[in-house]
Amino acid sequence: MELTGAEILIRCLQEEQVEYVFGYPGGAVLFIYDELFKQDKVKHVLVRHEQAAVHAADGYARSSDKVGVALVTSGPGLTNAVTGIATAYMDSTPMVVISGQVPTGAIGEDAFQEVDAVGITRPCVKHNFLVKDVKDIAATIKKAFYLAKTGRPGPVLVDIPKDVSNHKTNFEYPASVTIRSYHPAGKGDSAQIRRAAQMLLEAKRPMIYAGGGVVLSDAAAQLADLARLLNFPCTNTLMGLGGFPASDRLFVGMLGMHGTYEANMAMQHCDVLLAVGARFDDRVIGNVAHFAEVPRNIIHIDIDPSSIAKRVKVDLPIVGDVKLVLDELLGVLRGGKQTPDAAAMGAWWKQVEDWRAAGGGLCYKNSTEIIKPQYVIEKLHEITGGDAFITTDVGQHQMWAAQYYRFDKPRRWITSGGLGTMGFGLPAAMGVQMVNPGATVACITGEGSIQMNIQELSTCKQFHLPIKIVALNNGYLGMVRQWQEFFHGNRYSETYMNALPDFVKLAEAYGHVGVRIEKPADVEPALKEAFARKDDLVFMDFRTDPTENVYPMVPGGRGLSEIILAEEL
Amino acid sequence: MRHIISLLMENEAGALSRVAGLFSARGYNIESLSVAPTEDPTLSRMTIVTSGSDAVIEQISKQLNKLVDVAALIDLSEGEHLERELMLVKVRAEGAAREELKRVADNSHGRIIDVTEHIYTIELTGSCAELDDFLEKIGRDLILETVRTGASGIGRGERILKL
Ligand SMILES: Cc1ncc(C[n+]2csc(CCOP(=O)(O)OP(=O)(O)O)c2C)c(N)n1
Repeated sequence: MELTGAEILIRCLQEEQVEYVFGYPGGAVLFIYDELFKQDKVKHVLVRHEQAAVHAADGYARSSDKVGVALVTSGPGLTNAVTGIATAYMDSTPMVVISGQVPTGAIGEDAFQEVDAVGITRPCVKHNFLVKDVKDIAATIKKAFYLAKTGRPGPVLVDIPKDVSNHKTNFEYPASVTIRSYHPAGKGDSAQIRRAAQMLLEAKRPMIYAGGGVVLSDAAAQLADLARLLNFPCTNTLMGLGGFPASDRLFVGMLGMHGTYEANMAMQHCDVLLAVGARFDDRVIGNVAHFAEVPRNIIHIDIDPSSIAKRVKVDLPIVGDVKLVLDELLGVLRGGKQTPDAAAMGAWWKQVEDWRAAGGGLCYKNSTEIIKPQYVIEKLHEITGGDAFITTDVGQHQMWAAQYYRFDKPRRWITSGGLGTMGFGLPAAMGVQMVNPGATVACITGEGSIQMNIQELSTCKQFHLPIKIVALNNGYLGMVRQWQEFFHGNRYSETYMNALPDFVKLAEAYGHVGVRIEKPADVEPALKEAFARKDDLVFMDFRTDPTENVYPMVPGGRGLSEIILAEEL
Repeated sequence: MRHIISLLMENEAGALSRVAGLFSARGYNIESLSVAPTEDPTLSRMTIVTSGSDAVIEQISKQLNKLVDVAALIDLSEGEHLERELMLVKVRAEGAAREELKRVADNSHGRIIDVTEHIYTIELTGSCAELDDFLEKIGRDLILETVRTGASGIGRGERILKL
């Protein structure tokens, strides 16, 4: 029997076991929406802005091991989705975005709601397709899912012209897929892995630096085994949080611009660095030349060869899936008799502990007068048992969340690390809640960021998503204000958030619960009450200290040891 | 250092823009780029002449390889290779210069493929450097128009880039 392109698309999504599609309808996708209507296997979540559809699909994917799916119309639907796509690309989220396109005959004529979707998204997708023939839909969707989730994951866009979604052909979903020009890495090179084992065993000042690749590859267990077997200190990047348990004594905290003193110092002064699924980006190692001043051997495990030796010279590259490589490395280490040099390790740990003490750890001066944002996160951790899914927006609140919510499990920390997209938190939380019904999901945000996708409160109402919004309302675009304080002579150019709405009333207007918390003593009770409301979305508007800064801080372009610690407390 | 990178890619709409976009987005140099289908019509062969430090060239190769449409890639300048570029050049050929131009063209194995009372159009194939030399010899004053294809490269002897 012949099916239309739209029917075929929906059948493909069913074959891929897609449970939810996040989307927004329009002219170019009318046939597709019509087919969605006629079935109930693939459920549709109607967002209020296409950017939110993509962020929701992103949160969905990051907090599970599934591919997120978003569906948008042509023209403005697609352009609204671009920020979401770029966000997913920078953080390597497996995702398929389907966009409508004007009919094939109209392409290139500046038709109504026409944009060159493939052209616009090209630099921020893993791959994209324009489907010109209905006969190609099934194979293209198969390829899109395959590309999205294999190798280094990423978003794949499939652009489908309206007429193609209405043409008919026979449907057969391909059982398998091979792309002759695409060969994602699998196992690492065994000889390199043996060399790496030897290099690790001979280290005097070793360090493990683990990034988002550990989470994406579901290799947290292997990483923990490795660090414990060798008794090596381990740090996580922002994207890697939860990839190693924060409560483990081997954990030295996050590194980078707002990382701990001990993590940054150990990173700078180690003699053997094992980089796992991380990419030495500018927010992590700061100034490359400064980093290179201390000689060290670097072993770099990554599935994407282009991540290796991009910013720093690598002595021992291992291209492969992090989990498979770590498994093999563990096998080699367990099979041998050698263990790390105990005396050297003792001295190194003493040094690390000295740094831990000198840095004063993560600290802030609490107050009984004014709410300190760090205190809210600490209490949040306590009340949720450290077991919530946490999404964030971008700014100071994001960094405090990263520092103080001490993640023990992977896929619980959902943040826009690479692109740093304000407006990510709430829609991402929707996706997280959809794929983890019943789980505790909190969105930590600022009064600036939340307003970038506030309309999604409506989606949350429609789909009964009991997300807890923890807004750290400091009245400023805080992170920008902090840079203005440090580097621009306290000239707070356009960072005061004037004319803020009454967030309590706003939440209520959308049918949710809103509370304002102004005193430190009210923080704990308010959090307890909010999290006890299992079925409600609660918007908590915490009025926090407007002058608080994020410490420690490695100023942009500086070296890791040029770190600024908290003011004398 | 100058490098000549050769690649096989899917002959699909948009494939060229992926390569061109990669170079501009990442700020890589591109001296010339030439592309055409191969004996297998589903594949295009592309030759890119670029320059950069070893680290940059390594990244260029990796980034190109990462493009899903790129099926195979080789840095020809890492081994023995042949490099040819085609040039068409239109020159003012009047009076005594006509003889001299004919001589220069013959010496460089150029062919005069179109002649008018005032003009020669010369076809010349060679390495990029040879073409540069030829233009130098003729001198800017006489040159009315030049068209160059950019280099095409192929490995020497047994060195083959094939799927
Ligand atoms: C879409 C977008 N626009 C601008 C920025 C630049 N930016 C980074 S942090 C920040 C301030 C965020 O303010 P708020 O959400 O109130 O959080 P706070 O830093 O106060 O915790 C801005 C404007 C960004 N990251 N994303």
